[in-house]
Amino acid sequence: MSLDDVKTSGFKYVGTSPDRPDGVDKVTGRAKFGADAYAAGMLHGAIVRSPHAHARIISIDTTKAAAAEGVKAIVTRADFHTDLSGENWNIMENVMAGDTALYDGHAVAAIAATSVLAARDAAKLVEVTYEILPHVTDVDEAMAQGAPIIRAGAADNSVPDGLHPNVVRYHESGHGDVDAGFAEADLVIEDHFRTEATHQGYIEPHACLGTLGGDGKGEMWCTTQGHWNVQKICSALLGMETSQLRVTASEIGGGFGGKTTVFIEPVALALSRIANRPVKIVMSRSEVFRASGPTSSTSMDVKIGMKKDGTITAAKGVFRLQGGAFPSAPMEFTAMCAFAPYNLSNVKQIGYDVMANRPKQAAYRAPGSPMAAFAVESVIDELCKELGLDPIDTRLKNASHEGTKASYGPTFQRIGLVETLEAAKAHPHYSAPLKPGQGRGISCGFWFNFGGETSVSLALSMDGSAQIVVGTPDIGGSRASMALMAAEELGIPYENIRCTIADTASLGYNEVSHGSRVTYASGLATIKAARDAVKKLCGRAAAKWGIDPEAVDWVDGCAVPSGPNAGDFDPMPIAEICKRMGSTGGPIVGHFEASPEGAGVSFATHIVDAEVDPETGKTSIVRYTVVQDAGKAIHPAYVEGQYQGGAAQGIGWALNEEYIYGKDGRLQNDVFLDYRIPVASDLPMIDTVIVEVPNPGHPYGVRGVGETSIVPPMAAIANAVSQAAGVRMTELPMSPPRVLKAMDDAKGG
Amino acid sequence: MHYHTPASFDEAAALAASATGITRFLAGGTDVLVQLRADIVTPDTLIDIKHIAGVHDIIQMPNGGWQIGIAVTGAEMTEHPALAAAWPGVVEAMDLVGSTQIQGRATLTGNLCNGSPAADSVPAMVAADASVSVCGPKGAHKVAVLDIPTAPGRTSLAKGEMVTAINLPAREPGGGDAYLRFIPRTEMDIAVVGCGVNLRVDGGKITHARVSLGAVAPTVLLVGEAADAIIGSTLDDAALDRLAAAASAACNPIDDKRGTIEFRIHVAGVLARRTAKIAYDRAIAAGE
Repeated sequence: MSLDDVKTSGFKYVGTSPDRPDGVDKVTGRAKFGADAYAAGMLHGAIVRSPHAHARIISIDTTKAAAAEGVKAIVTRADFHTDLSGENWNIMENVMAGDTALYDGHAVAAIAATSVLAARDAAKLVEVTYEILPHVTDVDEAMAQGAPIIRAGAADNSVPDGLHPNVVRYHESGHGDVDAGFAEADLVIEDHFRTEATHQGYIEPHACLGTLGGDGKGEMWCTTQGHWNVQKICSALLGMETSQLRVTASEIGGGFGGKTTVFIEPVALALSRIANRPVKIVMSRSEVFRASGPTSSTSMDVKIGMKKDGTITAAKGVFRLQGGAFPSAPMEFTAMCAFAPYNLSNVKQIGYDVMANRPKQAAYRAPGSPMAAFAVESVIDELCKELGLDPIDTRLKNASHEGTKASYGPTFQRIGLVETLEAAKAHPHYSAPLKPGQGRGISCGFWFNFGGETSVSLALSMDGSAQIVVGTPDIGGSRASMALMAAEELGIPYENIRCTIADTASLGYNEVSHGSRVTYASGLATIKAARDAVKKLCGRAAAKWGIDPEAVDWVDGCAVPSGPNAGDFDPMPIAEICKRMGSTGGPIVGHFEASPEGAGVSFATHIVDAEVDPETGKTSIVRYTVVQDAGKAIHPAYVEGQYQGGAAQGIGWALNEEYIYGKDGRLQNDVFLDYRIPVASDLPMIDTVIVEVPNPGHPYGVRGVGETSIVPPMAAIANAVSQAAGVRMTELPMSPPRVLKAMDDAKGG
Repeated sequence: MHYHTPASFDEAAALAASATGITRFLAGGTDVLVQLRADIVTPDTLIDIKHIAGVHDIIQMPNGGWQIGIAVTGAEMTEHPALAAAWPGVVEAMDLVGSTQIQGRATLTGNLCNGSPAADSVPAMVAADASVSVCGPKGAHKVAVLDIPTAPGRTSLAKGEMVTAINLPAREPGGGDAYLRFIPRTEMDIAVVGCGVNLRVDGGKITHARVSLGAVAPTVLLVGEAADAIIGSTLDDAALDRLAAAASAACNPIDDKRGTIEFRIHVAGVLARRTAKIAYDRAIAAGE
């Protein structure tokens, strides 16, 4: 698709912000989330979890548990499929431990019983004998000589010789000659950065209801970002044919990437297979923290050379990511995103995927990119400070643009980084005076965005209204966006369209709602499905008029002759065509199936003002502005919501959120009291600027917006806090004790 | 588990005295029920005391002192203008606990008897020189709030003993109190350090003072040296420096997920200054 094919103006519905179709259900409690499913004869599952960070499982004695009142089924690893390899094996091992418990909270057995309490009580009666093994939870310690080996032979052939067996994957990319580039610089700054693991913190814990009968047919209801993925993995782990498991996605109370895999779903099915009854499992918040998929923790070194005029001459980054007890840390994304905002002649990035005794990391909004931005944008800020340069002008001087060879390889098409920087510079926030004790930080951020398998069907009803069936769970208001795009194409009101998320039996395969792909890919498919339906509508009108189908146009919800030569007929409205569809050729349905590959990359620039209490080290975020390229904002209010949500989660990540492991390798803060996400009063109003630089890969120019918004916050906040505190903060979170200590150390105290 | 709803304190205390295993009193339930659901404490006997006559009342006594019923919630204290005017520090401390929903359930007595070193209302009550009325096998008697907590999660109340009311003294002329806590967020958090100050002024000069600290030792601290540091002063900078130093010196904190030893010691001094200034301003205003 070229930019000429992109519709960028003349919209009637797209670009407006009507209420979401699912809004009333959600505010009245009628919406059904994961834990809202019930079935006749339903059992409740409870999971027995390892209290140890690393321990060999010597034996599991279920005698007492099996005899407890109400217990109908018990499963251990022996009750799952054995012939697994690759990622299926990793997920299996994470879902239910094999020979060894690999982290605090790792599942080792599960119970199904007639009530939640009976299941929980019985779970306490399962006697597991462990041989405790040495453990490691820190990324640098896990790479060091002598560290306990999580699993020998887990490394792939990308890893250079001589590294610890916990280093399981290695990445290297870039171009030019960084040593020559550093030699050209007037100033080179190198620093070391660390970030702790954080959790997506979705408000809804994982929950599912699974049924698997003796006939080998299964049903699964669960909260997920991608039910075809659940179908694919669960059927593999249970050893069944994929099509025999039908998965329905519930409404979802937040995912942010954390619901792109499975944890309890295969366990419910395995229990159900034994009990021959439906089994429901709902995680507690503690289980979510201990045994779902937080982010990687990191240790990073970044070195950048700059000339006095602000030109970056070379950049190098080394990114070590711990992703739990499995090869899974998104270190290649960290490496590839790190320098993507900049047009560099000499750049090199190295990534290490390191295993440790922690839960298997899962995606969290732009997985891996925010950490890189924290390190890279901090060094750029320090260079600007040392050289007396304006942080936005310096970024503009080096900004990637159309035609830039990206740090990670490809050449950028039309992109909007320069536009976000210019909008940030022009924003009143950037020139507003600061009060004493306050600092202002700037950061850019980058995310790839993604397409993936997509299948959409659009059926017209006899009254001329339309139902869209999509396969991507609505995690950010996408039903509204789909309906707006369909309204635009069909020429009928937004309210006349209902968008449903179909189960796995109702559409072709749909990739998970991730990679900021839904408004892009399901949106593209919705537009194409609507155009398919419009073509059929025009065909019915043409047949009625006795003219060539090519001589019919679609205007404002009506078939019209394409010109005077086509004939003189009154416009035929959609309702009139649909009323007679049964006798004019049958149901009218448009559909589209593809793996769209034109997801446009996305950039953002954030401006943050922070105030630091010099006596306690406590940071308040006093002003925040997000500027981001959306390509085209289909529903501007929900685009703003994505921008604000990314900033809010970023503020938590920057200031207080962290996984705290004790010396015993156990997670110490597995509840929201001590895992400190921001509360409403911690946040300022987050101002947003939507920049629209069309993506040539989408009919309306859409770029995904969900992930880029969390890339700049930690860096921008770190730059603001460092200025306010008078000392460079290089470790997250910038909690009060850490900031106070840094200020004291800087004073020579 | 056995659940009881006694109609009197004598009945409740008798139930507790004869119970075996783990016994918990239930008023607001904001600690007990959370601990139950999280598998932290599963009581064998649960005694629901909010049906006893008078437990929801806030009463001003003839001598001007206050008696606060054991099932009085934080929200009810905040909504009591006369109590809030007499003991703003105590009322504000209780108001810091939890969310609006929790405030509709949580009680001052529960906050004390849960035994947390970080309980917000406890340093404020200690600074106020509050006492509790206790009934039980030894008969009715009063105990200073300071003497109730003995260790994290433990109190000096013997088996069969229970608190029947909390007593605050009459507010003397020229008196004021305040409580501040440090948390990394703005609300919905647990104190990393808490500080209560109650003082009286005469002609701008502090005549009496009590300074207490929470979350910096296994139990709440009453820091006499900190009070001595400001008695006789007009809370000038030198007095504030002495106060901060005495508060920091009294700390015996731990390193944990909520804060480091070093941080808690430092912030205790910072909070003592800030809290004393508020209490002093209130006392001056009350004396005018």
